[in-house]
Parts: sequence; structure tokens; C-alpha cells
Amino acid sequence: MVVFPGTWSDRDCGWVIDQVLGAELRYLWHKDADLKGCDCVILPGGFAYGDYLRTGAIARFAPVMEKVIEFADQGGLVWGICNGFQILCEADLLPGALIRNSSLEFRCEWTHLVVERADLPFTSGCEEREVLRIPISHGEGSYFADPATLSRLEQNGQVVFRYSDVEGRVRPNANPNGSLHSIAGIVNERGNVLGMMPHPERCAEPELGGTDGLKLFRSVMHSAVEVLTV
Amino acid sequence: MSLKQIDERRLREVALTPDEYRVIVQALKRPPNDVELGMLGVLWSEHCSYKTSKELLRKLPSTGPAVLQGPGENAGAVSIGGGWAAVFKIESHNHPSAIEPYQGAATGVGGILRDVIAMGARPIALLDSLRFGPLPASRRHFEGVVAGIGGYGNCIGVPTVAGEGYFEDCYANNPLVNAMCVGLVRADQLMRARAEGAGNRLLLVGADTGRDGIHGASFASLELDEDSASRRPAVQVGNPFLEKCLLEACMDLTRTDAVVAIQDLGAAGLTSSVAECAGRVAGAGARIDVLRVPRRERSMSPYDVMLSESQERMLVVVRRGREREVQRIFEEWDLTSAVIGEVTDDGAVTVMEGEDEVARLPVKLLTEGAPLRRLTGVPPEPAPILVIDSLPPPADLGATLLQLLASPNLCSRMPVIRRYDHMVGDSTVIEPGGDAAMLRVKGTRVGLAVTTACNSRYCELDPNLGAQLAVAEAARNIIATGAQPLAVTDCLNFANPDRPEVYWQMEETVAGLAQACRALEIPIVSGNVSLYNESSGGAGIYPTPVVGMVGQIDDYAERLHAGFRHECDFVLLIGSSHNDLGGTEYLKVVHGKVAGRPPALDLVRERAVSRLILTAAHAGLLRSAHDCSDGGMLVALAEACLLAGFGMRGPALEPEPPLRLDAAFFGESPSRFIVSAPSRAMPELQSLARRHHVEIALLGLAGGDVLELEGQLRVPLSDLRQAWEGGLA
Repeated sequence: MVVFPGTWSDRDCGWVIDQVLGAELRYLWHKDADLKGCDCVILPGGFAYGDYLRTGAIARFAPVMEKVIEFADQGGLVWGICNGFQILCEADLLPGALIRNSSLEFRCEWTHLVVERADLPFTSGCEEREVLRIPISHGEGSYFADPATLSRLEQNGQVVFRYSDVEGRVRPNANPNGSLHSIAGIVNERGNVLGMMPHPERCAEPELGGTDGLKLFRSVMHSAVEVLTV
Repeated sequence: MSLKQIDERRLREVALTPDEYRVIVQALKRPPNDVELGMLGVLWSEHCSYKTSKELLRKLPSTGPAVLQGPGENAGAVSIGGGWAAVFKIESHNHPSAIEPYQGAATGVGGILRDVIAMGARPIALLDSLRFGPLPASRRHFEGVVAGIGGYGNCIGVPTVAGEGYFEDCYANNPLVNAMCVGLVRADQLMRARAEGAGNRLLLVGADTGRDGIHGASFASLELDEDSASRRPAVQVGNPFLEKCLLEACMDLTRTDAVVAIQDLGAAGLTSSVAECAGRVAGAGARIDVLRVPRRERSMSPYDVMLSESQERMLVVVRRGREREVQRIFEEWDLTSAVIGEVTDDGAVTVMEGEDEVARLPVKLLTEGAPLRRLTGVPPEPAPILVIDSLPPPADLGATLLQLLASPNLCSRMPVIRRYDHMVGDSTVIEPGGDAAMLRVKGTRVGLAVTTACNSRYCELDPNLGAQLAVAEAARNIIATGAQPLAVTDCLNFANPDRPEVYWQMEETVAGLAQACRALEIPIVSGNVSLYNESSGGAGIYPTPVVGMVGQIDDYAERLHAGFRHECDFVLLIGSSHNDLGGTEYLKVVHGKVAGRPPALDLVRERAVSRLILTAAHAGLLRSAHDCSDGGMLVALAEACLLAGFGMRGPALEPEPPLRLDAAFFGESPSRFIVSAPSRAMPELQSLARRHHVEIALLGLAGGDVLELEGQLRVPLSDLRQAWEGGLA
């Protein structure tokens, strides 16, 4: 779990990992130059370095990011959630950018996501076309990319989650932030770097309104174990 | 120097009266110098000294078995079980928000967070109680304040989970922004901001000090006038990112035992934080050197440094010789810290500029010296009488219900709620939108219910009864979740107390709060007073005693939501209805009147109903509970349907005389709940109700897509939703 100054989902993701799943959790400080042997690196939500210039624009220069990029290049699992997704885009680990919500307002609400790729280490516990209910919480989560990038993403099947209605139909009024192609999460071509705006760590226990987020954490944990046992 | 020699304009600048100046000269046996005058001016302002309200506030009950810390510290604290303490406080940021809505509200949030952090607690929830003039005219205030609260809270990662918003003409020039923060700390690690131990070091941490906010506290102690806009520089600018780092660093301080105390720098900046910290320990003083204060601007005078209200700063009292250890913790978060002085035992605040002494004032003179203002209250003209028989009955119940649901005071708050991150922290087990919100205490089964309440229209009509009703409503909000009310933090907002009828409102309000809190056994452990919410030429605000309340449930698995949970459950009205139409939203919206006496409150009945609900909830007999107050029974019923996503059907409701039909549906009698329960629970509920001497009435069955009382009212849920969700558009 990478912690930048201004990160706040680290404690929530950390809670899910060590308290709900009982997996081993290590925090990586933004000044660290060592990933401490992690199997999956999570860039959690927040406002890293205050997000003053542009979301994620400064965070990508943090010392720890050099190691994260190296790790990703070697095929390591990197998972960016919300602000983490924004940082991955700024760091060129994922294409495109996250811009201001079309409402021009911050939005914190439950959304439905349709899973388009269930063969990834992050989604192996989901069914293809399964609809997940996961909340968003962002002011700048509208996915944007040029037409060429978008068509490449679509052709390669790199769109992992799309905002949808409760039945999994992708519709304009189910898109909370104006993302192009209703994109809520994408993966890189190699399939080891995932970025998503919704917060799965906020729905990993029934008392918080749902457990769909846990499916993603479980998938990641199983994938990491498989890698170890291979 | 005699009074003649001191420029009267200079006195006005520091907001001191000639009489107060005389007291200062007498106490010091010399005239104060310019720096001292400025320091005394801010600390003797109403905002810091409570010189008008102190006497009254002593009447409020502040003790109880759960209380760990009452008024007088940065925030109050109560024990919530499992070794944990809940720390909380509410504070106003009205004047700055009137002038500069975004920053005024944002720094209000920042300030209340620091009050909780200073107690060693991690903030887990924010609440906001807001009052504006009617929309659309007050849209600038409304949008700015909502954006400011979100801008700060969302960035720092503390969820905003509850609050209120009301729109009334009296707030058009004087919007109210009351921010509340709740934090958690292990009870044995609760900090107190006491400057103990002569020789211990004073460490100033966080933001550099600039010229912003000088005289902010004094400004908050004046009426707003045409010059107020020119005081915009007295409004500070918030930096939530810096405060997030400050928060985490302060949490890390628990790793060391080198820290004696933490104190927030809020109103009146360094002057008040140093004086207050020393003032809490008999005989303690402090000596600081302004040259050691890290600055944002060149050529700041000692006066500027002592009075600056730059945000995101904290004063930390560190054991002598352990400074480096503590400073290293702040360095990890890239925060500036500087030793600016030390604790002394001479009972004085001494300000040095290098080798030169620029101010030396007795601590007690600063913190307790302000002469109390003894004002006399005079009751105003009695509120307009309501002749209830002159009111025509509602022509169409369904249409009236839709009209009320669309009223900005009753409609859905979702357009505001969704602009606040209300989930961060993974603890929100009852989301905003119902009665109270609930946070779980991670690692335990304990749930913490939090709410704010105040119907100021009631308070305008009868401040004493209005204040009692505010306490009762807050308590019902807590009880509707199945939690037991624990303690109150109050924010008392009034117009200019120099007017005898406003001072009378204050007296009556405090009497009402005290009476209700005593009767319901809920102590007040922290709070804030905001006066002079009045604009020159205009009328003042309604008396607005906002009651923030915290409650506790041992196992949050037993919590109740406001919306119905299962189709085919019984829907019941608990408590009795009376002809309480005075001061209601129905009277205002449908008949255009603010008149009559507010709903009658019987605190003994209130307790009986509360006990019944908690007993039934604890026994697992209830599936949902919703407080029935603003808007009346039919509005509460519609809300429970809307939150559920399904309707309710029942027979026509024929009120028994003398209860009128309009009062049964739209009257705002307190001590009532709309609950739902599985049908099998009915016999037990009935016998429980009998035992508690509380009325229980079966209204119908939950389910379907209409709200129907056969032959009386039939409204599709979609129509209800359209009216309810569009009210703030």
C-alpha cells in the first residue's frame, strides 16, 4: 500500500486486506525506494500532495513511483484506485486522463459497474458481464482519451469496468461523471496494471452496504498466491 | 496615559470599549502598549471571552456518568465503552461565511477538526448545520458553503455524514455555518491542552504565519455592515492538504511520551492558544519569541505575529530536552516546526522580539479579565396568535403532501450529501439521509450515532420551548437508530444581544436547553456561542440553538434505519398527535403563516416514548424507525417510503375529535416515531406500549408503489420522489 502525503484510502484498503481478508499488509512511504517484497502494489485514493496542479501530476515524481514503474514493467500487479488511477495515468502506466466530472461537482454515491474482463488477476473472482455495486467518490473521475486511444482500448479489450444500470446496461444516465464510453476502469495491454475510479474497499463488508468490492480483493489475493506456488 | 490620550479609533479597531480599557489600565497599573492592546482586544472579544454569555452558560448541565471531559477544553469527551472515548465539538463560522462563503465554510471545517485533533483523537466524522435565506436569492451563499465544506472535508479524508439545512428569510444576510466534528481516542490517551511544567518547550507546527485573519475574532463579534466586504482579508484561506499532514503527524505523536499537550491555533491565533494553554494550569505562564515564529511574509511586526489567524497551525507543549524527537515526527510529514518559547511559572505571557520584551500580560487578565456584561432581557412583542379554527382544511391531502415534500426545508438532501464524501473511513454504517448517521468503532461492535437538530422557527415563536424541542428532536434522531443519547455539543446563534429582546431570547434558550438536557439526562460537554448575527438595518436571525448530539449502541448490528426494510411489514405510529399546527412547515408553506405556539412538549412523555423505542429495538421487534417531526406524520411516512424504495397502503385515518385532520397529518407533535415491524411482533409491541403508557397505532402495510390511505390519499411513489428530489433544484 503506497502512502503519499494526502492519501486517505490507505487505511480503508489496509483494513480490508489485513482485517477482512487476513492477508499480509505492508505500507510503502512515498519516500521509500524499496517495495519490500510486495506481491501487489496498491495506489489508494486521496489527494496525493494535495492534487494542487492536476490530480496525480506531482505524485508520479515521488521516489517510490520509480520502483512501482519498474515493478509494473516486470509484470508485477499494480492496482490504482481513484487517486491511484489518476496517478497511473500521469505516470503513463495507463493511457488517457481523468478530468473534471461533467456535473462540475464532487460525487460520492453508489454506482453499478458491469465487468467486461473476468480473466484478469484483479477480476478472476467475478463473472464476465457481472454487475457490481461499488461507490464512487471523486471530483475528477471523467475518463478521457483521444479517439485512437479509445478504439485501441476497445479493440484490445482493455476496458474492465463500465458504469451501468442495475441490469448491466450501459446508458448515459447511469454514467455519473461523463466518462467517455462510460469507462470506470481500464487495464494495460499486458493485464497487470489496473486503474479504476470506484472504491472497492468501501464495500467489502455487509454493514457498509455491500460486499462486491471484496471480490476484487479476493481475486488479487488468490492471483498472488498462485504466482507464489507456481 | 489617560483614556483621553488613547485614540478612540484605535480602541474601536481592537473592539474594546473605553470601560474595558479602564479595567486594563487599572489591572496593569500602566497603559498597555500597542501589542498588548491588540492581544487583549482579541481575547476580550465576544468570540473568545464569552463575556455576554458566560453567566448564562453556567446554568447548563455538563456532568454525567459518561463524561470524561466537559466544557473548557478544545472539545468535550464521553466514554463509549470498550475503552474508547468520543471527542466532539460544534463551532460557528457564520461571519466569515457571510463574506466569503467557500473559504469561510472550509476554514470552519478545518478549525473544528483541529479542536478534536488537539484532544489526541482521530476525527471520524463531520456534520454541518446550515441556515440560508430562501433560494434562489441565496444561491451564492448556499453553493459556496456546500462547496467549501466538501472541498475541505473531501480532501482531508474525513467523512461528512450528517447535518441540516434550513432556508428562512432571516438568514438572507446572515447565513449560519455550524461545523461539528467527532473523533475517537483511547480513553486513557485523551489529551488536555494544559501547559504543565515550567521549562517545557512550546513548539509551533504546521503552516507558516502570515498576515491573514488579523482581527478575525473581533470581526466575528460585530454586526455585519456595508464595510464587512472590506474585511474579506479577515477571512482565512484553508489548506486541507496541509491539515491532513498535520493530522497524521499529530496521530504519530502518540508514539512518544514527550508531548505534554496540544492546542489548536484558531481564533486570535498564537495569543489565545498560548494564553488558554497556560490559563488551564494555576500559576503557569509562557514566554515566546516572535522572531522564532516561521513566517510567510517579510517585515511582520510582533503585533501581526501574535494576532495572525493563519490556518493549519498547532501549538505543542514538549518535555524539555525532547524537542528533536518530536520535531522529527513532523519532519517525516514535511511539516515545519519551531521551538518558539517555553512554559514558565510566573503566571504571565511574555512576548519577546529577540532581546526586547514587546508584551507582558498576566495570563488571568487575558483569559478571565474581560468584564462580564450583565445585560437585561426584555421579552419582545408576543408572537402572532394562531386561531386554529380559522384554518381551512386541506382541499387535497395528496397535493398538500407533494407541496410539503418539495419544500426546501423538507426535501431530499441528496443533492448536497452526494457532494460530500460520506463513506471514507469504512465506518459509515448508517449513511446520511435518514435521522442520525452511524459510524462503527472499528475493532469493536460499538456504533456511534451522530446528529444535529434545531427548528429555529419554533425558537423564534418561543425560544425556551424551541430549545427544548431541539434537544428532544436530536435525541429522537439518535434513538431512531437504536442508540442511546450520550451527550450534547451546542452552538448558540443569536442576533445582537445588546438589544434587550435578543438577550431575553438567550436567557430563555439557555433555560430551555438546561431543562430538556436535565430531564433527558443528556449533559452538554462542549459548545460555542455566536452573537451579532445581524446586519445593519435588517432584522436579526431567529434564535438558533443548534444541538449536536452523540449516542452509542453496544452492537451496531442492532441499528435501525429510517426507511422501511421489508414489504408486508406493519407500519405503525408510536406516540400521540395533538393539534400542534403552530410554527409548522405546513402553516408556512400552505397558509403563508409563521404564527402560534410551537408544538407542546412533555419531557416525561418524551422519555417514555424513547424508552419504548429503545426497548423494542433492543428486543429485535423493530425493522425501522423514523423520527416524526418537521412536516408532520404524513411527511415522515413518505420519507420512510422514499428511503425504502416502496410504498405503504392502509385504511383511511379518521382522527378522533378534538384532533383535527390537518393536525393529524401535518401537525408537528413531538415524541412520535414512524416504525415498521414484522406482523408477528405486534402483540409484544402492543404490550410494551401499554407498559410504557405510549400510544401505538397501526397505519398499514409496507410495500407496493403507492402511498395510499384508502379513500383519503393515493400518491404514486414516483410522484413523491419527483417532488422530494427536486426541492433544491
